[in-house]
Amino acid sequence: MWSAIARRSLLKALCLIDYKMAETSLSTKAAPETILLRPTRGWSALNLGDLWRYRELIFFLTWRDIKVRYKQTVLGAAWAIIRPVMTMLVYSLIFGQLANLDSEGVPYTIFTYVALLPWQLFSKAMNDTGRSMVSNRNMITKVYFPRLVIPISTVLSGLVDFLIAFIILIGMMIYYDISLTSAIWTLPLFLILTLVSALGVGLWFSSMNVLYRDVGYMLPFLIEMWKYLTPVAYSAQYVTGTWKIIYSLNPMAGVVQGFRWALLGIELDATATMTMSISIGVSILVLISGLFYFRRMERTFADMV
Amino acid sequence: MKSAPPPPVLRRPSLDGLAIRVENLGKQYRIGLAPEKYRTLRDSIVNVVTWPIQRIRRGLAPSGEDYLDTIWALRDISFNVEQGQIVGVIGRNGAGKSTLLKVLSRVTEPTKGEVEIRGRVGSLLEVGTGFHPELTGRENIYLNGAILGMKRTEIDGKFDEIVDFSGVEKFIDTPVKRYSSGMYLRLAFAVAAHLEPEILVVDEVLAVGDAEFQRKCLGKMSDVAQEGRTVLFVSHDMSSILRLTEEAIVLDKGQIVYRAPTVEAVDYYMISGFSEAGERIWDADDVPEAAAPFRPKALRVLNASGNNVDVVRSTEAITLEVEYSLSEPIQGLRVGLYLMSARGEYVMTTFDTDEPDQYDKFGVRPAGHFISSCTIPADLLNEGRYTVGMNASAYRVKRYFMDERALTFTVDGMGAPGKQWAETRMGLVRPRLVWRIESVA
Repeated sequence: MWSAIARRSLLKALCLIDYKMAETSLSTKAAPETILLRPTRGWSALNLGDLWRYRELIFFLTWRDIKVRYKQTVLGAAWAIIRPVMTMLVYSLIFGQLANLDSEGVPYTIFTYVALLPWQLFSKAMNDTGRSMVSNRNMITKVYFPRLVIPISTVLSGLVDFLIAFIILIGMMIYYDISLTSAIWTLPLFLILTLVSALGVGLWFSSMNVLYRDVGYMLPFLIEMWKYLTPVAYSAQYVTGTWKIIYSLNPMAGVVQGFRWALLGIELDATATMTMSISIGVSILVLISGLFYFRRMERTFADMV
Repeated sequence: MKSAPPPPVLRRPSLDGLAIRVENLGKQYRIGLAPEKYRTLRDSIVNVVTWPIQRIRRGLAPSGEDYLDTIWALRDISFNVEQGQIVGVIGRNGAGKSTLLKVLSRVTEPTKGEVEIRGRVGSLLEVGTGFHPELTGRENIYLNGAILGMKRTEIDGKFDEIVDFSGVEKFIDTPVKRYSSGMYLRLAFAVAAHLEPEILVVDEVLAVGDAEFQRKCLGKMSDVAQEGRTVLFVSHDMSSILRLTEEAIVLDKGQIVYRAPTVEAVDYYMISGFSEAGERIWDADDVPEAAAPFRPKALRVLNASGNNVDVVRSTEAITLEVEYSLSEPIQGLRVGLYLMSARGEYVMTTFDTDEPDQYDKFGVRPAGHFISSCTIPADLLNEGRYTVGMNASAYRVKRYFMDERALTFTVDGMGAPGKQWAETRMGLVRPRLVWRIESVA
């Protein structure tokens, strides 16, 4: 039943895109389109056509977030480097030196730094997106625009920090003389997987946060827990047997292993295809369900937020 | 769980000369979920448990929809607006004006009925939405434009015009947090005013800003209308409603109670006592004991037809009346009024026993209930807002009661001399004078 609804809605959404594109290209000013507003109930189509028309707004909001982020700070964009580097140093001391965890043949510092990049991108995106509807309430209650614009631009704005921190990684790879393997081409895929997971989870939390402010208190704590379930500080090799399948339900587990594989050439084990597929499947499922849940809740945002 | 059509369904134009068609529109709010309150997860869990019981109760309740803490902010609203029309929406606070505009501008969804809108809706519900204090004026123009639904190329094309209109050229690359509130507002309005939507929805934006800027805004709005676009204008300020709109809708308690050409609608609104101002009533608690035996009851502004109003036209006579009672006779009592302009300049001071024969007649005013009233002749006051003060005293003996700011009212300049020019006239008075123009050889 679910899939039927989803398919029907998706079809409807796709039809709308075509129709709207035809509409805008054919008529410029001569015949303004007519919009019908009426109460809706239950699940609604994603209406991606409308989102497409507001693509520039996504760009401007992303740009605003980036532009404003380090205003009135002394260190500015250096914060994007300080955070992962400091975490890396602490981890190296505690987990690398004191606990002496296995780092699969590469120096522990770079082993953990490679994982920290996608993790910090994910956790920041999830945290910010979860709060985004509430923090942009003044816009939501005053003007119409597809509400999906807000979480999407919030996730995208995290990319800049990621790219800045990535420069350090390149330096470290040169320093440790790590040669690239052909797997490097899969890196963009894992990056997209990070964004998709963050957006999916963020969509759920942002719409729930409108109704239940508990979400705001839950997020930091949830992120903390999630980090332990992701092989950021340790190697995924520690997880064995049937635990592997349960473990891969966490999309970030797949992402982190993928990053290590693509950048450091750390071999994936035999079950990698299966665990990776599970991770990808879960994140896509979370995204799609998040999109529909968000659209369902959207109509009440202006009244509730 | 059924799949409903997506909220904005596109249709082939079927409106036939109409810009807006509203049919049986209703908007319900749950009071428990009013903007400031939000549910916690615990409440929700409790709800899940008690839901079946509530459901049964709801079934038994006399009217299913009005059950529990809900209010209808709008009820059975139906109206059409033709393309190019300027329609005013008036009503008291809480009458549903803002909710109506929010539904029309797609911020919130209707609970009942349907709305059909032809063309892009630009809302000036609150200017400056999405302005970020850290960004410069230039950056905010682009950001705000995008939020209002403008394309980047569109903003590029209008950028100079927007900056020009706002008058903040010098500070365009300064973060807006350093702007004065006036500059901020002008810039925000400038962006919104250049949106060029087919339908413009305006809510009280003119309540702020200086006179010069307000005039500019009103000018911009009438330009919009002259270009054949549709404007829906909400305001408490009857004079701008009268000046700008051709037709008006009167809302009360979420329903349309009247729709007529603006002059009639405004009259109706004020006569039916919807307007709150125009009258000052003193309760026993408001009057200091030292005032006894004088006891003020009310101060009212009446128009030429004797209706208690907040807005009077400068072309008609204005009557001010004071109602009071005396518990004992007072010797030499005079009841007077002050009139002050919005800037605090005194226009006049007048007493009810100014005329010698009145003075002689009321040497001692007996105990009882009185109304003292005076009439300001037509074509005297300039347009603007005036404050009325009240004073009851016996000269050089005692001041019984004094309230320097008892009440305010607005003088509307419609039809006043020189109104063919939309400029603000200096001065407190705007008398109709006889000018002679003679050619001298």
